[in-house]
Amino acid sequence: MQAVLEQMRQRVAVTGYIADQALLTSLWLMSELDRPLLLEGDAGVGKTEVGKILAEVFERRLIRLQCYEGLDVNTAVYEWNYQRQLLAIRRQEILHENELSEQQLFSETYLMKRPLLQSISEKQPAVLLIDEIDRADEEFEAYLLEVLSDFQISIPELGTIKASSIPLVVLTSNGTRELSDALRRRCLYHFIDYPDYDKELRIVLARLPQTGANLAAQIVAFVQKLREQDLRKVPGVAETLEWTAAVLRLDMKSLGDNPEAVVATLGCLLKTREDLDAMPPEVIHRLVAKAS
Amino acid sequence: MNTRTGHTQPHDQVLVSQLTGFARYARSQRFNVGIQESLDSQRLAESVGITGRRQLQLGLKTLLCTSPSDWERFDKVFEAYWKRDKPRQNTRASIGGKAPRQSALAQTSPHGSDASFDVPDANALDAKGAGNGNMSHGGASATESVEGKSFEQLSNAAELRSMEELAERLARRIRQRLLRRQRIDRRGERVDMRRTVRANLRYGGLPLSLSFRRRRRQTPKLVLLLDVSRSMSVYSYLFLRFARGILGAFKGADAFAFHTRLVHIGETMREPSRRKLSEKMALISSGWDGGTRIDESLENFNRNYARNILGSRSIVIIVSDGYDTGEPQALVTQLRRIKRRARRLIWLNPLLGLEKYTPSTRCMQAALPVLDVFAPAHNLESLGALEDHLAGM
Repeated sequence: MQAVLEQMRQRVAVTGYIADQALLTSLWLMSELDRPLLLEGDAGVGKTEVGKILAEVFERRLIRLQCYEGLDVNTAVYEWNYQRQLLAIRRQEILHENELSEQQLFSETYLMKRPLLQSISEKQPAVLLIDEIDRADEEFEAYLLEVLSDFQISIPELGTIKASSIPLVVLTSNGTRELSDALRRRCLYHFIDYPDYDKELRIVLARLPQTGANLAAQIVAFVQKLREQDLRKVPGVAETLEWTAAVLRLDMKSLGDNPEAVVATLGCLLKTREDLDAMPPEVIHRLVAKAS
Repeated sequence: MNTRTGHTQPHDQVLVSQLTGFARYARSQRFNVGIQESLDSQRLAESVGITGRRQLQLGLKTLLCTSPSDWERFDKVFEAYWKRDKPRQNTRASIGGKAPRQSALAQTSPHGSDASFDVPDANALDAKGAGNGNMSHGGASATESVEGKSFEQLSNAAELRSMEELAERLARRIRQRLLRRQRIDRRGERVDMRRTVRANLRYGGLPLSLSFRRRRRQTPKLVLLLDVSRSMSVYSYLFLRFARGILGAFKGADAFAFHTRLVHIGETMREPSRRKLSEKMALISSGWDGGTRIDESLENFNRNYARNILGSRSIVIIVSDGYDTGEPQALVTQLRRIKRRARRLIWLNPLLGLEKYTPSTRCMQAALPVLDVFAPAHNLESLGALEDHLAGM
């Protein structure tokens, strides 16, 4: 098992994603037990990224379902291609071809597969990424639960479609709504926290290798300090990378050289007016001094 | 998988029995340990082998946790069990026996108290710190008995806590019921003949796809304004819990507390960690329980927040007893300004449930004509009735 994990770690490392032992264990376990994985954590800690990585590591197709309020069966599971059905009827009327039976009309030819159906009808097992499940309604959550436990979908006109392959399912949630206990129980669970200094430094260096080791260390130290402040929207890893890119553009060698530029680019890290107001230049200068 | 050893190996048997013991311990610590989880953890243990304790810990963590709070406390629980391996062997030897079980319970208790967060947390919000009784034994009967009780009659800390929990849950239920109402109520959906014919011209007029005239139904955006002055101190923690439920259940909901000034508490109340929440609440609630300046607080709300927060779907709910030292006319002006921006303005008054109470204070009298709804909020039933006022948006 150690060997399997090590192999996985290497494969994940190739993609540039820095995964710790705990996450690797969760990923290994979900493929081993064929259970969905529920990822929780604040915005910008790399939850969605995990789905993509998984697809790459296992060399599987990634099918993504973005959830939103009002998401329904027609956009998530399947939809009949009405236009095509109508055209077929007209064509048959005009050309006087063989009669189209209802069965033919409601066959897979006229079925449009949406992500959920698609993911279970792939030949090779796919990776199904259900993003921000907390945004979907309770009804959809209940439906999803049914699909995830039986891996079959029933379509009234067509009958029940059984999965031809069981996908690896990753669900992500920001916690804007409390998920049902049933769904939580069904899933393996992993909480992704903000990375610590070492991990974040490795992430920055992996993603933006052109950043000098010294500058990267300062940037990460600064962001880590910033996270300790009482902010409304704590900057995630995505924000750190964005800001690093901005700092690189400005050709800065060290944060301490140009604290004004740090203040000017702060919009990359703090995304609300309240947070910007709460961090006046003096505070920022102090944080920069501490970081460098 | 490579390190897998045969089932008959003595090491394995030890591991399996240890695992069973841990499963039971974890269950007692309110982790999600069903049959499936037990089987899966056996499978995990088999492939990890006897040496991979760290792996086992990480694997079990992802298996048994279901929420951020579980995630936070799992390591402690895991270590608490496995650190003291020796004494546990005795309890496992006779699983069915009663006496060893009790001793196992006794052993868990010191660790149990730091692993279960409910007790200290409820106290923290309660701010009285009284009562060390086990919350989980509150039971349904206790719950029933407090539902109809007036908030003022709540005597002991336990009743108060269960009431607070109910208030939070109630808020979530209101949203679910609102959604159900909207689904059942189909009045708004009628076939739009004109558009149907127009849309189906391309099919030779066959009405194949119907166009509907539909009312867009969405859940309201709730904005709570809670009075936390001294005269409301009996109720304020309760309404704060209710607000937390509302914020969790309704998207776009927001909450403010006011006494002599206005405090934006929406973000703070959304804090998922109970511990951090009570810390933050303690921070911002300094200076509460003072006098009330409703008009000035509302003025502050109108000036700084209303523009961004209020919209055509907004329902503003003010929870206050209306005891104000300010000028009634000023209050009315502010209420009118809120009403101009919001769909509906509701005033909940905890005193209204009292038999002898009439809204006779000058402020309340002046405010009444402006309000859409003036309702009591003296017990949970009356809070539940809020659903009726929120429906039909």
